Amino acid sequence: MATTIADDLRPMHHPKTWVGKYVWSQDHKVIAIQYGVTAIAIGLVALVLSVLMRLQLGFPGLFPWIQPENYLQYVSMHGMIMVVYLLTALLLGGFGNYMIPLMIGARDMVFPFVNMLSYWIYLLSVLVLVSGFFVPGGPTGAGWTLYPPQAISEGTPGNQWGIVTMLGSLAIFIIAFTMGGLNYVTTVLQARTRGMTLMRMPLTVWGIFIASIMGLLAFPALFVAAIMMLLDHLLGSSFFMPAMMTMGQESSTQGGSPLLFQHLFWFFGHPEVYIVALPAFGIVSDLISVHARKNIFGYRMMVWAIVVIGGLSFLVWAHHMYVSGMNPYFGFFFATSTLIIAIPTAIKVYNWLLTLWRGDIHLRVPMLFAIAFLFTFIHGGLTGLFLGNVSVDVPLSDTFFVVGHFHMVMGVSPILVIFGAIYHWYPKITGRMWNETLGQIHFWVTFLGVYAVYLPMHYLGILGVPRRYYALGETSFIPESAHLANEAISVAAIVVFAAQFLFFYNMIWSYFRGPKADPNPWGAASLEWQTPETPPGHGNWGPRLPTVYRWAYDYSVPHAARDFIAQNEPPSADAPSEEVLP
Amino acid sequence: MRVAIAIVALVLGSIVFHLLSPWWQTPLASNWDSIDSALHITLLICAIAFVSLNLFLALAIVRFRHRPGSRAHYAPESPRLEKTLTFWTGLGIVGMLAPGLVAWGKYVDVPKDAAVVEAIGQQWQWTFRYPGPDGVLGTAGVQYMTPDNPFGVNPLDPFGRDDILVQGNELHLPKGKSVKLVLRSKDVLHDFYVPEFRAKMDLVPGLVTYFWMTPTTIGTFDILCAELCGVGHHEMRGKVVVEPRESFEAWLGQQESFNQLLAMSSPDAVTEMFRKANSCSTPATWGVR
Repeated sequence: MATTIADDLRPMHHPKTWVGKYVWSQDHKVIAIQYGVTAIAIGLVALVLSVLMRLQLGFPGLFPWIQPENYLQYVSMHGMIMVVYLLTALLLGGFGNYMIPLMIGARDMVFPFVNMLSYWIYLLSVLVLVSGFFVPGGPTGAGWTLYPPQAISEGTPGNQWGIVTMLGSLAIFIIAFTMGGLNYVTTVLQARTRGMTLMRMPLTVWGIFIASIMGLLAFPALFVAAIMMLLDHLLGSSFFMPAMMTMGQESSTQGGSPLLFQHLFWFFGHPEVYIVALPAFGIVSDLISVHARKNIFGYRMMVWAIVVIGGLSFLVWAHHMYVSGMNPYFGFFFATSTLIIAIPTAIKVYNWLLTLWRGDIHLRVPMLFAIAFLFTFIHGGLTGLFLGNVSVDVPLSDTFFVVGHFHMVMGVSPILVIFGAIYHWYPKITGRMWNETLGQIHFWVTFLGVYAVYLPMHYLGILGVPRRYYALGETSFIPESAHLANEAISVAAIVVFAAQFLFFYNMIWSYFRGPKADPNPWGAASLEWQTPETPPGHGNWGPRLPTVYRWAYDYSVPHAARDFIAQNEPPSADAPSEEVLP
Repeated sequence: MRVAIAIVALVLGSIVFHLLSPWWQTPLASNWDSIDSALHITLLICAIAFVSLNLFLALAIVRFRHRPGSRAHYAPESPRLEKTLTFWTGLGIVGMLAPGLVAWGKYVDVPKDAAVVEAIGQQWQWTFRYPGPDGVLGTAGVQYMTPDNPFGVNPLDPFGRDDILVQGNELHLPKGKSVKLVLRSKDVLHDFYVPEFRAKMDLVPGLVTYFWMTPTTIGTFDILCAELCGVGHHEMRGKVVVEPRESFEAWLGQQESFNQLLAMSSPDAVTEMFRKANSCSTPATWGVR
């Protein structure tokens, strides 16, 4: 640990071979890239699965090789990959790893070896997950929620082998996450450089820090649920399995509770929403502040909002279960706690908007994505109030309204932030600049396209169209026009899908051919832009660690020469320091 | 600049889409207008927030976009403004939550005079059971099921003998009579969902769940399953026929009771049913009200 906060670089474990530098690397930056590339690669699988789902929903019958069992497998794998293996891994393993040491002025994570293990175990979990596509019966089709009994009983695709690979992979992922999460938390607490008080940290670090603590508390619930379901499935125990019939035969199980699983799942699952959202909140705060040349409005309130949201999110899980058959009186409590969480969340939105107000807004690609995030997050946050408000949830639960809501709030919104963040930090990470035109096209198609995909879904849901349906079939209440809507949504989804290849092309091409980037092209004040080398070298800071004199948001300070003052710039007589704030 | 125009266009587009959309709630066919009102109030408050926040966003972008020589204002925070905004947000939350909780208060409060009807789910069909003249459902469960007793009614429970068993996927309900739908699953999770009734609830194996409602419109509605239950999930359909009291009674009179089922079954089948029931631990109380 001592090495990460020492001025002296020599005690660090410097790799001597190519393999040591890029494969079995203990450098947080390389591990971050490994995490990021792996997460995006598996995310591409999820993206393809979503297109397959849209092909079936938009053009039912046109693709005879998509059978009901395939459709359910696409649904399940898409959901789990996006939530856990893409978003969690990319935001914490990717951005967390890259940003924490650079933003707090450390040389590396405090446990570099554990950090390396974390990545390789994550990779193993991804491989086990992917193996599900090749086992007999294919991957599980129980929905990403994996509710028993159907996850491990007849009539569900992948109930023999697919569910085993899924649960095993989740357990392995959680081990990997725990190694990473402990590292992130300890590094933030122990390895901040001179002058970097907690209340001077950029909100990106705050978001990742609190999300990591939440992950350490929430994932164990999923871990035990996965282990218990594996025992039910492989050893015939009855944690979640009641006495029941299965395909006309009486099961040998008895006395288990399917609801117990749902409580465990959502005790993890709801905090998980914020494990994804809080890093995105933090990152977008920094994007907005930098590109509006203005300090984040109400920094202290923003920090407390992150902490309060993190705490409250452990008290709202059963709002996913209003119609699950649990004691209905729970509804009063969980509706109230759920709607209370809207208050700190709304404060964050106000403060982002107030940061823009009287700013000097540079509409570059990262900022465009941040603005698009504000729009989609406002939309997705508000529709969450419908579903949190217990009685309003009853007609909407398990309809396309839910699909529209959660994609808007925890799919589209964080992914827009991720795009913005990649464009924002790409010049620091690679030392090169991406192509502006391609970035603009990618932004416009993605932003407008996703709204065309998800807005109509809310209305289909209000109409009553149920989710997770392979085909709508004949009903008296779904008009022909709803099928037309599904067709239009599918076309929009395919266009958005295609536009992502512009992004990949831009990133890969620019890595080799892009123009050399300025070390601090956006004029950002936070520490990661002040490294002596771009990209930062091993140990990040050269011979001496930086000293921090101010918070990360000294933009457009009156009378200052430039419109930003770097965190490590010593106070001088003519420029007032940040001591406007404590 | 373009992005500000796009935000305004999306806000206006959303309003136009909302007004012109052919997709909206199905006509209500139950007593749950309180759920609909809670939804409409939530929608109104959220729409106000959606429009005003996004227009503010667009305005900020237009007014404060970068121009040569422009510089941002330096303003770290404003506790007063933040407190004001928190207050109004809190008020909006209370405005939504109050009608929501009032409606939920009714949802969990089953009227004493509600008729009991049981809906039973299995992969991938619905069956139904009425309590018969005594008004009480006999105990039932998968432990009592035999090929000739597909409902799993306990033959030892006197309350179960007059229960009326409906094998088809068709549920009949009299208009205007409150009904407590008691839900039971033989295998996996299901969810009894009739969009026009608004109410829904999961069926959980090992538990008896319920909800209540009063059908208010005569007609035939689709019953769908709203909880993923395997490959046939999308095909698990039923019908609910809401009709005047007289025709409902007439229909009910034509259905078979458990007693009739016992009478029609072969002696071996009946012996098997009782053998199975005797091998179960007998519950201390009979019947489900």
